Amino acid sequence: MEIKLNLNGRTVTDHIDAGLLLIDFLRDHGCLSVKRGCETSNCGLCTVLMDGKPILSCSMLAARADGHSIQTLEGLQEEAADFVGFIADQGADQCGFCNPGFVMNTIALLREIPDPTDDEIRAYLAGNLCRCSGYDGQLRGIRSYLNSRKG
Amino acid sequence: MEQRQYKTVGKSVRKKDSMQLLLGKPVYTQDVVPDNALVVKILRSPHPNAIVREINTTAARKVPDVVGIYTWEDVPQTRFAIAGQTYPEPSPYDRLIIDRHVRFVGDVVAIIAAETEQAAEKAKKLIKVKYDLLEPVLDFRKAKDNATLVHPEEDWFPPCQVGGDNKRNLVASGQEEHGDVDGVMASCDIVLDRTYHTKAFNQAMMETFRTYTDMDRYGRLHVVSSTQIVFHARRILSRALGIPKSRIRVEKPRIGGGFGAKQTAVCEVYPAFVTLKTGRPAMLIYTREESQIAGSPRHEMEIRVRLGASKDGKIRVLDLYTLSNSGAYGEHGPTTVGLSGHKSIPLYTGSLEAFRFGYDVVYTNLQAAGAYRGYGATQGIFALETTVNELAEQLGMDPTVLRDRNMVKEGMVMPAYYGEVANACALDRCMAHCRDMFGWEEKYPVRDMGNGKVRCAGVAMAMQGSCISSLDVGSATVKLSDDGTYNLIIGAADMGTGCDTILAQMVAECMDCSVEDVAVFGADTDVSPYDSGSYASSTTYITGKAVEKASTDLKKQICTIGAQMMGCTEEEVVFESTRVRRVNTDQTVSLQDISYKAQLFNDQVAQATATHTSPVSPPPYMVGMVEIELDKLTGLVTILDFMAVVDCGIPINPALSRIQTEGGLVQGIGHTLMENVTYDAKGRPMESSFMQYKLPTRLDMGKLRVEFEHSYEPTGPFGAKSIGEIVINTPAPAIAHAIYRATGVWHRELPITPEKVAMTKPE
Amino acid sequence: MMNIRNYVRVQRLEEAYELNQSRRNRIIGGMLWMKMGKGSIQTAIDLCDLGLDTIEETEEQFSIGAMVTLRQLELHPGLNDYTQGAMAAAVRDIVGVQFRNLATVGGSIWGRFGFSDVLTQLLAMDSYVELYKGGLVSLEEFATRKHDNDILVRLIVKKQPGQFVYQAMRNQRTDFPVLTCAVSRMEGQYRAVIGARPNRAVVLRDEKHLLDGGITPESAAAFAEFVAQNVPTGSNLRGSAAYRTHLAGVLTQRGILELGGRS
Repeated sequence: MEIKLNLNGRTVTDHIDAGLLLIDFLRDHGCLSVKRGCETSNCGLCTVLMDGKPILSCSMLAARADGHSIQTLEGLQEEAADFVGFIADQGADQCGFCNPGFVMNTIALLREIPDPTDDEIRAYLAGNLCRCSGYDGQLRGIRSYLNSRKG
Repeated sequence: MEQRQYKTVGKSVRKKDSMQLLLGKPVYTQDVVPDNALVVKILRSPHPNAIVREINTTAARKVPDVVGIYTWEDVPQTRFAIAGQTYPEPSPYDRLIIDRHVRFVGDVVAIIAAETEQAAEKAKKLIKVKYDLLEPVLDFRKAKDNATLVHPEEDWFPPCQVGGDNKRNLVASGQEEHGDVDGVMASCDIVLDRTYHTKAFNQAMMETFRTYTDMDRYGRLHVVSSTQIVFHARRILSRALGIPKSRIRVEKPRIGGGFGAKQTAVCEVYPAFVTLKTGRPAMLIYTREESQIAGSPRHEMEIRVRLGASKDGKIRVLDLYTLSNSGAYGEHGPTTVGLSGHKSIPLYTGSLEAFRFGYDVVYTNLQAAGAYRGYGATQGIFALETTVNELAEQLGMDPTVLRDRNMVKEGMVMPAYYGEVANACALDRCMAHCRDMFGWEEKYPVRDMGNGKVRCAGVAMAMQGSCISSLDVGSATVKLSDDGTYNLIIGAADMGTGCDTILAQMVAECMDCSVEDVAVFGADTDVSPYDSGSYASSTTYITGKAVEKASTDLKKQICTIGAQMMGCTEEEVVFESTRVRRVNTDQTVSLQDISYKAQLFNDQVAQATATHTSPVSPPPYMVGMVEIELDKLTGLVTILDFMAVVDCGIPINPALSRIQTEGGLVQGIGHTLMENVTYDAKGRPMESSFMQYKLPTRLDMGKLRVEFEHSYEPTGPFGAKSIGEIVINTPAPAIAHAIYRATGVWHRELPITPEKVAMTKPE
Repeated sequence: MMNIRNYVRVQRLEEAYELNQSRRNRIIGGMLWMKMGKGSIQTAIDLCDLGLDTIEETEEQFSIGAMVTLRQLELHPGLNDYTQGAMAAAVRDIVGVQFRNLATVGGSIWGRFGFSDVLTQLLAMDSYVELYKGGLVSLEEFATRKHDNDILVRLIVKKQPGQFVYQAMRNQRTDFPVLTCAVSRMEGQYRAVIGARPNRAVVLRDEKHLLDGGITPESAAAFAEFVAQNVPTGSNLRGSAAYRTHLAGVLTQRGILELGGRS
């Protein structure tokens, strides 16, 4: 079947199998930041934005993205670069494999709640697993970014 | 304690790959695979112990786009081990690429190679296998001398004598004793005899096992793998595939986490075999399920501790016996078990008169275990530290005070640790610091919060090593680049921990330059100098020292060239960061000019490789304290505050040391409270996905606080010891202690789930 | 992974209904559960173009389209006002925001999953499902029915004045629950809904009139005891029947006491 969607600001048209998952469509289209970490919708590594909302690209048919806008980290480099340095300063990037999904969901968080509390950050990012960092470094990074914005 | 001031060492610089990783750049194994690579899939056994009587691949081969299907009849018949260990490995050679005898649910029955994943999966379903089912050994307590042999084969081969015997289901066994254990035990006022059980916890790194292989432009097998051990992987592949090492190149890109899992060549051999057979690029990406059921998790252990003490709180004698479950294959079995004693008993060197440590490591028809951060120490420390906490409670002594009286202190000889001397040991200061910062006095008493909830605290100590003494080898090459910057080339594997960066910090410290001026490359068997690999907490301590040596050598070389340029002798010049100066003169040459000179009519090398090894493995030490809130009615344990104080010598990069600690603590919390490993009656693993194997989320771990107590290890680079593994060891005993305080029940089996907490009544 | 041959975004409910009469075709909700299946689907029927992704609130009721996500339930001011936050409490520990942005009310309710937090909370309210052919059916009845080929179009929640408390016990914060418990009081009538038993949630009412004299520590304990004794429980990886029975009592008692504190 044919689908047409807006991928990172560009219109993309493609013939796909009806059963193709969005994650595989995205990786086929060069969005290699999108990672698969499980088969059970539990890890959050594959998080992308559909019409601005964070979703699990491993759990949605690419067909359902027809007519919608999909953003991956490839398309949000500047918005990400704004804050990820603060996470790097904590050393909390670690192995990095969970980072794209985590960064995408943090973008969604900061758009939805521009000045979140620590508890709001934890709750919003609860679906993003990380096995390396112990999470606190990621939180410190986001917190110091938010503090930097307040001057 | 010696305190030195460093410019770059001891600073929290960003990891060199941070921005690439945080911005999602394609730097992992799967990201570099070309489109034309064959997809490799594995048909796995549904039975825990069986012989493949008949395997029919006719229908599967007819699936369009299927390129090859391989069974036990197609593979070399030389047994090998996939443990990433220095040759000759302590792990027995007990594997074939595909064995007709399958030994656990998930063992390999056939390898499928196809143009697409869909074709491979379809073919997998069409392979018809008839099995002769054998009685499985599923209970590791009944494995030794069981009538069923997991490895009955005649060509089972142990490269090292470690007390193994395949005709007894023994991977290894042994015992050591120091002093008169029975005599001292008999004279003790109090003897505790307790048995503990820990599970085969999964590393669950976010990137599953994966390998890409092709034939390179010289017709050699080129392997890109997510591995901690490029050199061992090359050796393992050479033996398994029956081709010379000279025909193999192994490299690693960025690794999505390892924690020891990737210290075993879990999946490399399968795509490599396909590439050799077909000449085609091939890729194998393990699913999460495969990583969970056919990976290389922690060894399940049952540990019996007998502790003898005087009534005034002197721990006089320890007797440990560990039964370790190696699963279907023996990887790391003989070595992990050792740490359950060697890295627990020495904590009590301060008062110990005698100790005994014995062990058996057995085969069962369950998933093979391997290396996981902590490597046996984690299990032993849970057992011993819980027993010590119980002693304190029985004696009515503050458990921190009890430890003050008994712990190892700087300068002591540790008979239970190969007679090594604790050159650098701040364990006593860690305890004092932790007690103070945590607020032990206030948090230790049980406080009723109403509505069935209580708050209280627990404590534990830990140690680990900094390498495998008299064995590990680390190397580094440092070379002058042509703009006066440096290249550092290593064979150690940064799996996210930041070793590339901390080693670059060491170069920067030695060469008095900025970290940005040091480019790092690793690891590639064709390019990197030999390194055992990144495991055993050894990279900072061993490879770091090699970096220090290589930098020192390079500095001399630079001086030689500089002296030549200034027409004087080497003795007359000094290295000054960006230049070489002739002493007592203003005459200098810049590093940049020296680097250009090194490329022009020059016969002086400007590249140094150094290798390091160590006869000792200085332990890092730490203290962990936890405050919990426990809901007596639901059994829910909420971690409120986990405070850790670590002595890793000098932290090379405090931010990264802190993250290591926090990450280790959270893994430990997971093992203690929620990660479980169970099998059904037919030996099928139940926690085969992230839906069932529950890692802690950021809502499950409470507040973490990490601080460091410095010591100076004279044999380590810049006084450093290790950090990577020790950090996982304190949560289980500290949390189990706090749960006892709240409920009066000692839980001696992990994980301690809410159901156990709520439903177990005090003895 | 489930194998899907065709994908159709239907334009009318009738079209969906016709397609859904074939056993090989399936309506897809959030697909979070379905995608883990191993079978084959001839045609995946997507209702996403039918405008069923909104929550409409009137004086009398909430009308919740089948394609409304769990995240919408979590954030809807009216629903959470009406339930004193119980609706959000019921969904906020389900995996993560990204998951809840996909998971649909229709999928959750149609599936009648044993582990469902959503079903548990909705059963504590005056809830109905609107089926394309079957019309309006009380959720309590629907929850006991077997799967058929009808289509769940909307969920209707009547705004009976009431108080609601939602609790669940989890071994890990975003895991499936070991037990769910929603308690409510609507016009003096109490309900305790226990789910993840591990089977489908069931509704227990105060048929012994233990709470008629008002909520006291004693009456709450008595009702909790009644619930614990009357809820069938079973064992699975997450907990034993005995633990679940124990939890049913603990959570019911706490929930009822919390309701008491609100009056």
